[in-house]
Amino acid sequence: MAILTQDEAKTILQKVIGFSKADECSAGLRGSEGGNIRYALNAVSTAGDESTLSLAVTSTFGKKSGTASINEFDDASLEKVVRRAEELAQFAPDNPEHMPLLGPQTFKESIEYVPSTAAITPGKRAEAVAKSIEVSKAASLQAAGYIENSTAFDAVINSKGLFAYDKSTDVDFSVTLRNQEGTGSGYAARGFNDVDKLDTYTATKIAATKANGSVGAKAIEPGKYTVILEPLAAAYLLERLFFAFDARSADEGRSCMTKPGGGNRIGEKLLDERVTIYSDPFNTELPGSTWNREGQPLEKTTWIENGVVKNLMYSRYWAEQKGVKPVPMGPNFIIAGGDASVEDLIKSTEKGVLVTRFWYIRSVDPQTLLHTGLTRDGTFYIENGEIKYPIKNFRFNESPIIMLNNLEALGKAERTISVESFRSYLMPSMKIRDFTFSSLSDAV
Amino acid sequence: MGALMMPGFMRGNPIDPLQAINDGIDAAAKKQLANVALTAAKASGATYADVRIGRYLNQFIITRENRVQNIANTESYGVGIRVIANGSWGFACSDSVTKENIAKVAQRAVAVAKANAKIITAPVQLAPQQGYGEVSWKTPIEKNAFEVPVKDKVDLLLNVNSIAMQNGANFVNSAILAVNEQKYFASTDGSYIDQDVHRLYPFFNVTKIDKASGKFETRRSFSSPVGMGYEYLTPTPDSKVTGIVTRYKNRYDILEDVKNATADVQQKLQAKSVEPGKYDLVLDPSHLWLTIHESVAHPTELDRVLGYEANYAGTSFLTLDKWKSGNFQFGSKHVNIVADKLQPGSLGAVGYDDEGVKCGEWDLIKNGILVNYQAIRDQAHILGLKASQGCCYAQSWADVQFQRMPNVSLRPGADALSVDNIIKDVKKGIYIIGDGSFSIDQQRYNFQFGGQTFYEIQDGKITGMLKDVAYQANTREFWNSCVAVADKSDYRLGGAFNDGKGQPSQSNAVSHGSSTSRFNGINVINTARKI
Repeated sequence: MAILTQDEAKTILQKVIGFSKADECSAGLRGSEGGNIRYALNAVSTAGDESTLSLAVTSTFGKKSGTASINEFDDASLEKVVRRAEELAQFAPDNPEHMPLLGPQTFKESIEYVPSTAAITPGKRAEAVAKSIEVSKAASLQAAGYIENSTAFDAVINSKGLFAYDKSTDVDFSVTLRNQEGTGSGYAARGFNDVDKLDTYTATKIAATKANGSVGAKAIEPGKYTVILEPLAAAYLLERLFFAFDARSADEGRSCMTKPGGGNRIGEKLLDERVTIYSDPFNTELPGSTWNREGQPLEKTTWIENGVVKNLMYSRYWAEQKGVKPVPMGPNFIIAGGDASVEDLIKSTEKGVLVTRFWYIRSVDPQTLLHTGLTRDGTFYIENGEIKYPIKNFRFNESPIIMLNNLEALGKAERTISVESFRSYLMPSMKIRDFTFSSLSDAV
Repeated sequence: MGALMMPGFMRGNPIDPLQAINDGIDAAAKKQLANVALTAAKASGATYADVRIGRYLNQFIITRENRVQNIANTESYGVGIRVIANGSWGFACSDSVTKENIAKVAQRAVAVAKANAKIITAPVQLAPQQGYGEVSWKTPIEKNAFEVPVKDKVDLLLNVNSIAMQNGANFVNSAILAVNEQKYFASTDGSYIDQDVHRLYPFFNVTKIDKASGKFETRRSFSSPVGMGYEYLTPTPDSKVTGIVTRYKNRYDILEDVKNATADVQQKLQAKSVEPGKYDLVLDPSHLWLTIHESVAHPTELDRVLGYEANYAGTSFLTLDKWKSGNFQFGSKHVNIVADKLQPGSLGAVGYDDEGVKCGEWDLIKNGILVNYQAIRDQAHILGLKASQGCCYAQSWADVQFQRMPNVSLRPGADALSVDNIIKDVKKGIYIIGDGSFSIDQQRYNFQFGGQTFYEIQDGKITGMLKDVAYQANTREFWNSCVAVADKSDYRLGGAFNDGKGQPSQSNAVSHGSSTSRFNGINVINTARKI
């Protein structure tokens, strides 16, 4: 029941609109099915399945809106949820930022749904975990990991004739391997729409290599170093930059995208000219939805082109205030990469640090986008184009903006995942000079 | 990641505000439903079962400047059943709370346990727990926040915003979050526990911009999330802690604080940028709670120590060998850290935890020595304990309960010592009020914290405001550098409304109490950068 076809979703949503007595009404129906397995100390600790289906209705009178939701779908329940949304709208004060609903739009079909992922069974999840544990045991390591898959659909309708439907699949996997003595730790994480691309055996092998390779880490002095960030490390730090692509906070004067003296940085060269950042729902490696909850079509949008700020996100309200076209936030973020592998970047480095991943990144100063965090699960010293030895983890204090002005080289882009938001990105490995490590950590 | 995050709060279905003050179903009806679950679980082969029937209510009201951005009430109602069968845990849940369905959910939980039993390495060892019969507990509130009209809350927040704007702020955001957990727990041990738990969090953030330089500064409220009702927002004279700026305990004057915040933010724009180096830090409880949370409360979580959080929240440097040694010097003799789920007004206060254990208080660090951890029923045997410490919690009926931190607090100094007397002995120091940026490694050795306001101390006197301040330290070195803790007259609670742990992640609310404390020779960095 949780995954409805386009026709099934439309039938329910049209009934909802039929019950509406408000000036405007919109409704969203979404459902998902999936499951997860968590394991630690080389054994499964918890497992679960989840199936959800819910309907949310927003009714508007003038500039007053109310939202109600329900998870029953007979006609009486549908009418009840519409009436409740209408009652709630009466409680609400006028919202001066309310925008009228959009009329019918044309949406391209998304490519986010992969049937083999939708067909994942509990047995297939268990098999994926068993392969991971097998690697851990063979390497005499302790594995802790998590796999989660979901199939979801999303549909919206409104009283002005807009209707959109989308279906997607997703599978995420992460594993940490540690040795018995607690002196070595390695990590790998993967996220895909297509489960056939997920290889938990190989990913766990990489984590095992990092775990064994990080034993006997030496302490080197904190300071400014040339670093090679693997895509996993780069994604977790650079998503902080993507979250700042908002015109309103920039125009209001409280963002790293604020131009000194007023206004925003559109048109300004902010980063190294080799940096291009864009969103594209039709990228085959990282597909995204082709519309958002407001019913705006999503197309390819370039945020940074050759280092210059090309676009910032404009909500419909803020665009109207500023007399510009709305620019919706993209469904994904991609940094264009080059051809070099991580190994190539290492070979070209005289002295530097290879970073597998970062941990606990938090904002220090939103104005400069300064962030702090730490390295973990495989940090290595590079000399004369080779990894020489593992080193102890560092705390860093660095701004993605300063960092992308200190760019030495971009590697090949690959799909990776943020270890905190669990969003997927297409991200190149990257070589950065003068990256600021400010203290050492004893953590393994 | 054992960090402060915001999952969970938005869960539940939107409801009419008036629906939130209905009582829900009574305890007798819940007992009947619970017995269906326990009987069905045992009949299916469970050796132990517990059932939680929960109604979780949330309300949030969010404003900026002269407008309301969002008002929402949500309700989530359902049942979660946990069992042991063939030595393994199993869990299942449903939002359909009928006798027929509850029996099916119990059977599903047993089936999950039996499936998991094939791949466990050792059977669950559950610490014995007496049944309490039919008991109840309620947060001792004076005014239920859900009974206060939405209009009153909107008016209060818009008044807060108006004061900020009239006093020169460029922007202000404010919000009130309210939570009510109506939890019924029953187990095959013979407990039937009905609890009504309330939490409240009012807060604001004031922003001031210097257009000429393009710089901006913010100052957040000095409120805390609390385990209280709406009475928290009715200030009393004895709830005010005066000094360089007014801070609050037990009650909060939001209208006074926003006026002070707007003055502070103006001063921050003009403050001197800190000279990096070693300073003696004097940390206010509105700041120190977060340092306690990250560097003491998380590393003493036993599931981290054992490796169960290795892939997400991390592990801990406080390994069992350090505890077994009986002489691991975590901090100086001034450092006495206590765990509890009792303190009135705290976020962690409940009568019983989510596996039916009566809550209590115990030492974690005594005279600087590591003496204990935070454990639940299936971990107690690892510490040689005969009973659980009552640290089990699930964020809702739909989530399985697991080990979560209780309140973890620094005991006030035993000898009379005022904040002024602490400051007067400091030659070169910084006085930090309010929590700011925070980050700590996965084993809780190396941390960095910011704050809301920073004051330079020279030769025992506060000489002015600083900015661009963050301090970095190693946990053990930091707590061993603690040379003074003010007495109980300065003791206050801070807290986290939304501490995240587990996969899938669950949110937990905890408080951390302390009195103003002094730490000598801490490394301070300057966080100013140019882009």
